[in-house]
Amino acid sequence: MAANLIESIVKILFIFSVNIGFFSPILGWVERKQSALMQDRVGANRADVCGFTLIGLFHPIADAIKVLTKEDFIPEGADRLFHTIAPFISLTPAIITFAVIPFGGQYELFGHHVNLIIADLDVGILFVFAFASLASFGSVLAGWSSNNNWSFLGGLRASAQMLSYEVVMGLNIIGVIMVYGTLRLSQIGAMQADFFNWGIFLQPVGFVLFFTCAIAENKRAPFDVAEAESELVAGYFTEYSGMKFVMFWMGEFLEIVTIGALVTTMFFGAWHLPFVSDQMLLNYFRFAGPNGAASLAIVVNIITFFSKVIFFIWLQMTIRWTLPRFRYDQVMRLGWKMFLPIALINIFITGVVILAK
Amino acid sequence: MNEYIPVLIMILLAAATSAGMIVATTLIGPKKKFADKMEPFECGESPIVSPKLRFSVKFYLIALFFVVFDIEAVFLYPWAVLFREMGLFGFAEMMVFLFILAVGLIYVWKRGALEWE
Repeated sequence: MAANLIESIVKILFIFSVNIGFFSPILGWVERKQSALMQDRVGANRADVCGFTLIGLFHPIADAIKVLTKEDFIPEGADRLFHTIAPFISLTPAIITFAVIPFGGQYELFGHHVNLIIADLDVGILFVFAFASLASFGSVLAGWSSNNNWSFLGGLRASAQMLSYEVVMGLNIIGVIMVYGTLRLSQIGAMQADFFNWGIFLQPVGFVLFFTCAIAENKRAPFDVAEAESELVAGYFTEYSGMKFVMFWMGEFLEIVTIGALVTTMFFGAWHLPFVSDQMLLNYFRFAGPNGAASLAIVVNIITFFSKVIFFIWLQMTIRWTLPRFRYDQVMRLGWKMFLPIALINIFITGVVILAK
Repeated sequence: MNEYIPVLIMILLAAATSAGMIVATTLIGPKKKFADKMEPFECGESPIVSPKLRFSVKFYLIALFFVVFDIEAVFLYPWAVLFREMGLFGFAEMMVFLFILAVGLIYVWKRGALEWE
């Protein structure tokens, strides 16, 4: 019992430091630097310590200090309670969803069974969806409580867009569940030890739909109509300043990481290298003794998993700076008139193929 | 129930992080209030209409469709998990269900509820 508790606390601290300590500050820098590279600019390079700029890597620290010392502004006539709660609701679920995503296999370490997932729930996918959809309340409340026309329009757009794409996302996940026959994400990951069992081969349409819907759900360009700078100033967080403003951004960045992790887990073999199963890793590292082999395999698992996640983060950043923004009617047409029928047909075809086998 | 304890720790930790950020930003930082500044931002003008008046009924319709189609997804999850065990019978049953919903979608589509022009 005590060992289990220590194990889960270690895992929670690991995921927490990776997400809050590494990904969310560094992604703010990545976004600026990558957009600069893609647009042939220099990008963030001003913050320096003793003259060393370190390609702008001090900017996250400078940003944190700057943001903390800014005034926390609530406009007149705004609903103060909801205005304060909205960033909380945006950020908290984004941190929590990582609890059910596996970042490695299961090993025996010093006589203790180690499962590299914070909480191995039997309803893993549903848990992710339940918490990810809570984030939509954040943007709606932010838009509604600000007493600002831009915010209100942004909040309305965000609500309708997120609801629409949640339907499609919920339906195209069905294909994945049908193929693997489980909602447990660690089991879905374990079943992809065989390279030709990766979700991308079994559910190619599902992958495209899921990835697009996830970006739309996260309100990133080309689906960022809810915060369209050229139309709505900043959309639903126009009236936010200081840390509260950054919390919306942190929520968005953590969702990027979560989307990358989910896509990796469901479609790209989770923590597996192509053609290499966990048992093969253990055999390969046999020279280090049973405990050493398990530790090395864990390290390889984690590195593999996060490399894939980083690839999908890069892909989302590239999409964000490549494609122009859709019009709102185009976003809705894509969701309801194209993706929803395709998702339904995908369920039908998946069922026929599984039954025919 | 044991596997939910880490989830609970995670929820508490996440909530504490977010709450800490909000408290920090409320405490640190200057507080200067004057009438012009406290106005909601409207590109330099004083706002003349309150945002909480009317908005397009389309958004309301989308929310209704969401309820209908998301309930469908909820019914599909347990079916998808048990799909292989139920075989052809389960498949046919669910296709009837999906067909009815597809008819609903086509109806909504033809009535122009999904048009935004």
